[in-house]
Order: sequence, then structure tokens, then C-alpha cells
Amino acid sequence: MLSLIIFLPLVGGIIILFTSKTNETLLKGIALGASLASFVLSLFMTALFKIGGGFQFLELGNWIPSLGIHYHLGVDGLSLPLIVLTALLSLLSVAYSWRIELRLKEYLFLFLLLETGMLGVFAALDFFLFYIFWEITLVPMYFLIGIWGGPRKEYAAIKFFLYTLVGSLAMLLAILVMYFNAQPHTFNMLTLIEQQPLAAKPVLAALAFWGFFLSFAIKVPMWPFHTWLPDAHVEAPTAGSVILAGVLLKMGTYGFVRVSLPMLPEAFRIYAPAVAVLALLGIVYGALVAMAQTDLKKLVAYSSVNHMGYVMLGVASAAAAAGIPEKAVAAATALNGAVFEMVAHGVITGALFLIVGVLYDFRAHTRGVDEFGGLGARLPMYTGITMVAMLASLGLPGLMGFVAEFFIFVGSFGIFPYLTVVAVTGVIFTAAMFLWTIQRIFLGPFNERWAGLPDMDTREKISLVPLAVLMVIFGLYPRPLLDVINAAMTTLVAMVR
Amino acid sequence: MNLASLQADLWTVAPELWLLGVGLLTLLLDLVVPAGRKAAVGLTAVVGLVLALIPTSSMVLWQPRTVLFGTYAVDGFAVFLKIIAIVTTILVILSATDSMGRQTRFEGEFYALLVFTALGLMLMAASTDLILLALSIEYVSLTSYVLAGFLKGNPKSNEAGIKYFLFGATASAVMFYGFSLVYGLTGTTNLYQIAQRLSAAPVPALYLAVALMLAGFGFKISMVPFHQWTPDVYEGAPTPVAAFLSVGSKAAGFAALVRVLVVTLDPSRVNWVLLIAVLSAASMTLGNLLALPQRNIKRMLAYSSISHAGFLLIGVAAFRGDFGTPGVLVYLLGYTFTQLGAFFVATLIGSQLGTDEIPDYAGLARRAPVLALLMAVFMLSLTGLPPTSVFLGKFYVLAAAIDNGLLWLAVVGIINSVISLYYYAGVIRAMYIMPAASEAPLAEPAGLQVALGVTGLGTLIMGIYPQPLIDLARSAAVLLRL
Repeated sequence: MLSLIIFLPLVGGIIILFTSKTNETLLKGIALGASLASFVLSLFMTALFKIGGGFQFLELGNWIPSLGIHYHLGVDGLSLPLIVLTALLSLLSVAYSWRIELRLKEYLFLFLLLETGMLGVFAALDFFLFYIFWEITLVPMYFLIGIWGGPRKEYAAIKFFLYTLVGSLAMLLAILVMYFNAQPHTFNMLTLIEQQPLAAKPVLAALAFWGFFLSFAIKVPMWPFHTWLPDAHVEAPTAGSVILAGVLLKMGTYGFVRVSLPMLPEAFRIYAPAVAVLALLGIVYGALVAMAQTDLKKLVAYSSVNHMGYVMLGVASAAAAAGIPEKAVAAATALNGAVFEMVAHGVITGALFLIVGVLYDFRAHTRGVDEFGGLGARLPMYTGITMVAMLASLGLPGLMGFVAEFFIFVGSFGIFPYLTVVAVTGVIFTAAMFLWTIQRIFLGPFNERWAGLPDMDTREKISLVPLAVLMVIFGLYPRPLLDVINAAMTTLVAMVR
Repeated sequence: MNLASLQADLWTVAPELWLLGVGLLTLLLDLVVPAGRKAAVGLTAVVGLVLALIPTSSMVLWQPRTVLFGTYAVDGFAVFLKIIAIVTTILVILSATDSMGRQTRFEGEFYALLVFTALGLMLMAASTDLILLALSIEYVSLTSYVLAGFLKGNPKSNEAGIKYFLFGATASAVMFYGFSLVYGLTGTTNLYQIAQRLSAAPVPALYLAVALMLAGFGFKISMVPFHQWTPDVYEGAPTPVAAFLSVGSKAAGFAALVRVLVVTLDPSRVNWVLLIAVLSAASMTLGNLLALPQRNIKRMLAYSSISHAGFLLIGVAAFRGDFGTPGVLVYLLGYTFTQLGAFFVATLIGSQLGTDEIPDYAGLARRAPVLALLMAVFMLSLTGLPPTSVFLGKFYVLAAAIDNGLLWLAVVGIINSVISLYYYAGVIRAMYIMPAASEAPLAEPAGLQVALGVTGLGTLIMGIYPQPLIDLARSAAVLLRL
């Protein structure tokens, strides 16, 4: 079933390649059908998922046996929410992209290829396979930014490509170091976690750790590797930004939790304070720079740097507590928060980019925060959803973001108390930034330039309302999601000890 | 040696003899086929080459041995490279059937020369004797000089031929001096006997001999600092010839290099590992940096082929263990498909649009979607992105480097991969992002379509399901040391 979820979009994409490009309705239908099927299957898988049952839906086949490479897939409480999130955001993005006219066929094909790559990253349990899926996500994103992007699209696209390629090649070396130190040589991630091949070799472990770190930190992106992000987010088409912020960034944090933490716990524990400080810089820097933006899309982009900093703070705290039994509870709490924030940020920021797109793509064609004013009275539906998303993003209790941040701070306070105190001040900046934005766009005197602006249409509602509903549901009742995550994180923390 | 064993020996060189026959037949056919229908000559050569694949590939699993008085190896390594040489020649002839006829009257001779060069490449890959090696290298060089300068009316082609000749003659002379030193030190020209007798030779003389020999091999594989001819020759030569040189000659050069270094020279006496590693890093870096500003696709591919030579040298330097030599073979085959494919696209654009400038590829995605898609795949493969054939090769040689403790070389390799992305993506950018100068669809000749299809499929299939190939490369590499 996992294979079906991953490869259905690609199958749809290949069918699209062989469909006439003049038949646009059919093309859109195929794309929607493929991503919908994938999403429905992922829900079905969630229903069958046993909480606390370790890795499930395993698929293991020989691929390149002479190198010990297998086709190995499986999901646990960490990857399941991310797979569902990916399928959901992809589906909504395809629905949102209904009005794309330029080179529709290529667009849809690349989008579906991207979806397959992302789903594969979260499900792969063999390093070679993991790496291939990881790289597959790069190419479609390059094209999506480069062809359908904004004015500086070419610069943003190649910058994104170069930055992330540096990271992934560093990861390739780290993977090879792991491979050659395991006995027998293997790419099986589960075996590598069990074996801890680098436990007795601190120098190699440090090298491998920094190799993985470079790759994941660029993807997250952590300060100071974040400079590709504002460019890529701002120039990408709306659906591309949604996927970029909602899913691609999670691949980095997922890597930290899936790879760095369990495979190199010693090295990660040693360097955790450094990682935490970088995370902290990301939190504060991201919030402050976001506050200074007048471009709405850039503002949301920098708020991503800020939020991913929270995730990394949680992960670094858990890493610093590795092997210390009395801090295991705090570590598990911080990790729970971090993974919850990954999902929450995916939902919230995905929604925020769609919101920017609604205003920019088809209505105002400008993103200047200062150019609006008083839209609240004219666009009630749009205003409502924007408020929910922004308040969720700044961590208002009762919405999804609060739950995540609360857990992260509670957990990391027990491990890095001083850093956490500083990090909490970041929340104030975030709140200030979003509240100020709401004020400038929706409140105050109405700017007569936008008198003819219509409210959201059905298609836009279809893409946005589910996300807003999710923010409220998981904000008020986070338990179902938290149970799934918690079981996996408790196992992880126990294993690291 | 009695008559019976000589007869058996002759059977083992059946593919070579067959190719000789095909070459002669092609020459004869050229005399009777009227002008305008010379493509038939090329197709005959293709059929002959395809038939040559059958006896060649049946030798893959033969017991390794040397024949013809110990001068000629029959082992998996040689067979693997012979297959590469034949496949390359087939694809290059297919790609040339359309464009060469319009550029020169001597189309038939062109095909015959290619077949004869293929024979030379096969001899190079299998020689285990310094004299035979020297002869086959010279043989390949001579036909290549003619091929590079084949377009007599075109000054650039003339320049390419002359330049290639002058550089090549010098490099060969230096290499032969190295050979003579080795002979002087050991009293034999047989590689396996040299290996045994070298232990008594003085070390400084050995270093000198290795350095001199590297000049010749380095010239063939376009390794820094013997690379200067590459861009000018690739640019001036007919595009199919550039494709042939960048793949066929390089593969055979690597065959000779690996055989001489790994079989003959014990690294504990002559530390050529470090030397090759440094040359590898230099080739990768210099080739890449010089490729960055290129606007001409053939020059860009020339510089990129220099950097790929550097990558291949990683596999030579890291020859110990299970990854180095198979890595070179896997890389060579993957690179063959991808590089040929890229050159075929350049051939098509060159003959249809009359330009080799990368900016003129603008809007290719609209005018020839399949062609653009293939070119994008080739460019991404050359960068080393999965799931493609060159990725597999890079994966293999990087693994070999780490297995051999050459982590620094692997790091240089990945930095260079990132640099190379920039200019490969430049081609993709032109094809997909820049607006088309005109919307007229491009005509795609049948021969080129077949050649492109094979290279495209080869690139992707090797990336997705490499298991059979890896097994083959492994058995080929094990057989090498006899």
C-alpha cells in the first residue's frame, strides 16, 4: 500500500506526459485524481495504523543485492503524520493550481513527480533509496520556480538548486561513511540504528554528523544557511511555496530526527549546544527580519525561518539529553513538540502562502503589506481565514501552533533553560509581527484602490477551509495526533539511551 | 606454439578479425554505392558492428588468459571495454548518417574510418604488451587525427586535425620514451613479466617512467595537464567525431591506464596513488572552472569531459577493494550513454539550426519537447543526480574513495559536482526557461532518433535497475589481475 501511495502520483504524471496538451480539463482531472487517490489511501493507512506498533506497512525487496541495497519502506509515528500532510498539501495545491494556464502539462507532471519524491523521503528505510527520493525532489522544484516563478525566478531557482545540492552531496558522503563502517556493509537505516557503527569512532562520527548536519540544516533551513529560502519562497508560484514551506523544509527536520538523533547520538549530544544556539539565532533573527518586511510573501517566508528554529530547538534539546535517564521525559516532550510543530507549521504556513496567493495571483497583483487597509469589512471570509492562520502561527492558545510551541518550550526548558528563556521572547516578536500585519491589511481606513476586490471563490475555499479547520481541531484536541507522535518519540528516546 | 593452439588463439580474436572484414567491406561498398545514398554504407557498417557484439559478449565469462604469445588479454575487463567501443561506434555512425552526407563528399570513408578506429580501441583495451600497446595507441591516434580534420573545407576542422596531431605526436613520443625506460629496467615488454621484475628496479627511474607514460595516457583521456587540445578539437571536429573522441578514446585510454598501473606497478614501490589522486583533483577542478564561462555547447562538453576524466581517476586512485575498478567500468559505461546522448542532441541542433551556441537552445522545450526532455536528463545525469547512469558511476567512485581512505578526494569530487550543476543547468535554463526564437518544430532524422533513444534509455535504465551491470562490472574487474 505504501508503494501505491508513493507512486500513484508518478503514474498519474506519466499518463499526463502521454496526454494531448490541448485537453486541459483531462490533464487537470488526471492530476487531481492521482493526488486524491494518494491522499485517500494515506487516510486509509492512518486508520489501519497501530499506535505504538513501531514500523508498519513494511515493504522489503531486493534492488541491488550486490551492494546491499534494498527497496525498503515503512512508516512509524514520525513519518505517518508527515506523509498524510504531504498528500493533503499536494492535493490542495493541485486544486489551487486550477487556473494555471502557462504550460499546464509540464506543470502538473512536475508537481506529481515532486509529490512522489517527498512521500518517498518520508517512507524510505534504506539510505540509498532515501537519497534518491531526496534528490528527486530537487529537480521539479527547480523547474517550478524557474518556469512559473516571479520576476527573479531564474536566480532564485538556481540558488535553491545549488544550495540544496551542496547539502545532499555532503549527505551522500556521510551515508557512505556509515555504510563502510557497518559490518556487514549495509544501507538499511534500521540496522544502522541498531548497530551504531560509528559509536567507537568519534572522529568519523563527527565527520558524518556534520555531513548530515549540512544537508539537513540547509533544507530546514537553519541560520546561517537560510539565505536561499526568502528568494525561493518569494519567487516560487503559490503552490510551489506551499509545498516548499509545508513539506520540503520538513525533510530537513525529519532527517535530524530520523537520522542524526538515533544513528549518531553521541556526536549529536556533543554538538547539541551549538545546534541549539543556531536554532535560537534562527528564531530571533527570523522574527526580527520578518517584522521589517513589507512584502507579505517575504514576511511569511522569514516567519518560516523563525518557526523552524523552534523545531530545531526541540530536537537539539532532545539530543543534548541523550543518554541521561532523568532527562528522558523532557527529551520526549521536546521531541513531541518538535514533530507536532513540523505538522503544524506545514498546515499553517501552507495556508498562509495560499492566502498570499489568493490576494496576489488573481486579485491585487501586489503583496505590499502597506498598500492595503480595511479589507476586513469587504472580504469577510478571506479575513476570517487569514486571522485564524496568522493567530495559529503566532501561537494563540486553542490553535495548532500553540500546542507545538508549548511542548517544545516545556521540554527544552528542562535541558537548556537559558536558551529557552531567550527563545520564548521570540514568540513576542512573532506575535507583534503578525498582529501588526493583520492591522495593516485588514483594519484601519479602507483603501479605495481595492473597491472591486471580490471575496474568495469556491476553488479557493476548497483549498483553504480544510486547513483552517485542521488548525482549530488540533488546537483544541491535539490528542489523536499527539498519541501517534508520542509513541514513536518515546521509543526513539528509549533507544537512544 | 603448435598449430592447434594458434588456431584457438585466432578464435579468441574473432571479433577483431570480423571488424577488420567489416571495415574493408565498408570501403569496398563505398566504391560502388552512388553519391547521395551513402547512408547505406553506414548502415552496413552498423549491421556489421552489431553482429560483432555477439561473439564479443559471449566472451564475458571466459576464463581469463593471454593469447598470441602473451601479448593479448582475453579477460572480462577487456571484453567490457570492447563492448563499450563497439556500442559507441554503432551509435556514432547512426547519429552521423544524416548530417555527414550534407557536409562532405567522402561520407563512406568516414564510416570505414570509424569502424577501423573501433578495431584500434579494442586492441588498446586488450594489449598486455608494451609494443602492441604502443602500436594500437598510435593506430587509434592516426585515424582520430584524420577524423578530427575530416571536413576539409572547414578551417576549424583543419585546425582541429592539426592541433590534435601535434599534441598527440608529442604525447606519444614522450610515452614511448617511458615505455623504453621500463623495458630498459626490466628487459621485457610483457606487462605481467614487468610486474614481477620491477621489484629490482631503482625507484627514481620508475617514477620517471611512470610520469612519462602518464603523459601519453593523460593525453588520451584528457587529463590535466595534458588536456589543452580537448576544447579546440571538439569544437572544430565534426560533432559525431567529437562524441566519438570524448567517449571511445577516453574509455580505451582508461583501459590502458588501468591495466598498466594496476597490473604492473606495485604502489608500495611507486606511490602513483597519490599522484593520480592529485591529478584527479586538478582535472575535476580545472575542467569545471573552465566549463563555467563556455557558451558553445561543444566546448562546454569538452571541458566537462575533462572534469569527468578527473572523476574517473578517483576510481583509478582508489583501486583497492570492491569499488575502485568496477567503479571505473560502471562510470565509463554510464558516461558513454549520457555523453553520447548530449553530443547527439548537439549534432541535431547543429545540423538543423546551424548553431552550437547554448543561448540558441532557447525554447527547445516548445519546439522539440522530447529532445529537450532527453537533453535535460543527460544534463542532470552528467551533474550526477539520481536515478541516472552517471549518478551510479559517481556513487561508485565516491564510495571507492571513502573505502580507500581518500575522503579529501571525495570532498573535492562533491564540490565539483555542485560547480558543474551551474553550467549543466544553464543548458536546461535555455531550453525550458528562455523564450523560443521561433515556434517551428524541429525535424528529427531517423538515425539520430534511434541513437538518442538508446542513449536516453541507457541513461535511465542504468540508474533505475543497475544490478546486472554491476555484476558484470564486478566480474570484469576481478578477472583483470589474472
